[in-house]
Amino acid sequence: MAKENQKQQFEILNHELVPNHEIVSEEEKKQLFKKYSITPDQLPKILNIDPVCLSIGAKPGQIIKITRKSTTAKEAMIYRLVVESNE
Amino acid sequence: MDKKTTPKKTKNKKDKKKVDTKKSLKTTKKIAKKEKKQIKKKEYKKEVKEIKKQTKKTTLKKAKEEKVKKKGKIEKKKEEEKEEEETKIMVPPPAKKDEPEEYKKLRTEIKKILDDRFLPGSVIDEIIIKVLNEKALEKKLKIIIDRAFEHYYKNIIDPAEACGIVGAQSIGEPGTQMTMRTFHYAGVAEINVTLGLPRLIEIVDARSIPSTPMMNIYLREAYRINSDLAKKVANQIEITKLNSIADIETDLTNLTIKIKTNKTTLDNKNISIDEIVDSIKKIRGIDVKVEKDSIKVVLDEPSYKKLLDINETLKDLKVKGIDGIKRIFIRKEPNEGYVIYSEGSNLEKVLEIIGVDPYRTTTNDIQAVSRVLGIEAARNMIIEEAYNTLSEQGLNVDRRHIMLVADVMTTDGIIRAIGRHGVSKEKESVLSRAAFEITVSHLLQAARRGEIDKLGGVAENIIVGQPVNLGTGAVELVMKKGKKK
Repeated sequence: MAKENQKQQFEILNHELVPNHEIVSEEEKKQLFKKYSITPDQLPKILNIDPVCLSIGAKPGQIIKITRKSTTAKEAMIYRLVVESNE
Repeated sequence: MDKKTTPKKTKNKKDKKKVDTKKSLKTTKKIAKKEKKQIKKKEYKKEVKEIKKQTKKTTLKKAKEEKVKKKGKIEKKKEEEKEEEETKIMVPPPAKKDEPEEYKKLRTEIKKILDDRFLPGSVIDEIIIKVLNEKALEKKLKIIIDRAFEHYYKNIIDPAEACGIVGAQSIGEPGTQMTMRTFHYAGVAEINVTLGLPRLIEIVDARSIPSTPMMNIYLREAYRINSDLAKKVANQIEITKLNSIADIETDLTNLTIKIKTNKTTLDNKNISIDEIVDSIKKIRGIDVKVEKDSIKVVLDEPSYKKLLDINETLKDLKVKGIDGIKRIFIRKEPNEGYVIYSEGSNLEKVLEIIGVDPYRTTTNDIQAVSRVLGIEAARNMIIEEAYNTLSEQGLNVDRRHIMLVADVMTTDGIIRAIGRHGVSKEKESVLSRAAFEITVSHLLQAARRGEIDKLGGVAENIIVGQPVNLGTGAVELVMKKGKKK
């Protein structure tokens, strides 16, 4: 009976719906901005309190590379800028 | 079997007589205790219900027991051992198998030919399969890839193309053919799911709770094969109220409440009396005593009103289960085993239950997905849900349009609604607001506040009379300085 009160631990990163998230290194960051000639704030955002951000330990200002599984292109890459949540 | 048929509705004479005798008994009781009239009435109904339930459950149980006997005790023991082996930490699913050598070889070759050019993975995969099937094509690989690249770039969307408008039209036009209000039994047991246009609006509106929350709960390896284990997990998920497993009797003369439990019902739901006592103890101002099969609740301060209050709270008391999950259905799916479908949703709590596969279980509550699994998972969920509602109605909308909608909804890290005024919380330009409604008032207010219009949108640019910042209007001619030839 005591067993029922136990909780199961799991890593949300392994969930079917969650694509691969990866923190981008400083050098890659520079290359990225140069390649697309953009500024960081033009990227889509991800909150620092996002469960994925918490589990990979991303901090505001960092950029996360997301490898989505796409039905049309098999794999698609996207970058998101970690921003501080104002809540 | 007589008991199983509802005594009130059946026209069977025997049943009628039964009801009559019961009623007459009840009337004598009524005369004796007029004050208890109301409570008794409820109890009578409960009794009838309980009898029905019990007979049903016992017959079900018997059938089950026979099944188990057929299966043999050895199997049961094995499964029990398996259950013990299961650890608290869920092992992530194994990584995908590597593709065969020749695939890899061809892939690196294609990469070499492509050099810096980009082709999507799905196109490369298609080429690989075609080339491997026809050996003759291998020599023409370079030409094939050059052609594929050429066609891919011909069909790619142009910069500054108004993809949003194309997407809106592509979803909107087939959307007009949708039935306005469709409720549908989605094939899964009796769960009623909102579908069609109301569901599509719900998804795009980013409502915090969908009108019909629902979960697909997949089970882990050992649990999905065994019906008993699946039921055990289901019992932990489905909300069980005290009212449905025990009789609550109010004793007005002594100002106590007696809770009579039934062993078969408890066994069926896998609840012990201690568990009930624990949950009752959470109510303030009462004392709980256990007597064999029943629980006695005594008030700290005798008060008639409080007794009735506590009687009401006891009826609604949650004994077991997860808040929000109203009903569950267990179904056996081909190639999968037992899957639990639930009405009501609580992703956070369900994923923590031992036996639930936390990597495949999903809900149709998109806000909950965003909360638990992050914004990217929510994006995937929006695409999946919107695409399914559309294709369920027989409408073929290209996935890319829906992907665009999902992208716009999730760019800021939170899910934002798209309504008829555009994306919510987005600052709208003064001129476009004025073009839409109450022109003068908008302009006046904007002037008072000293608002600035950057002329970014379509309506603003048309008002001022300059090319719209879209398509060919987005580019300008630049002259290259140099000598004339």
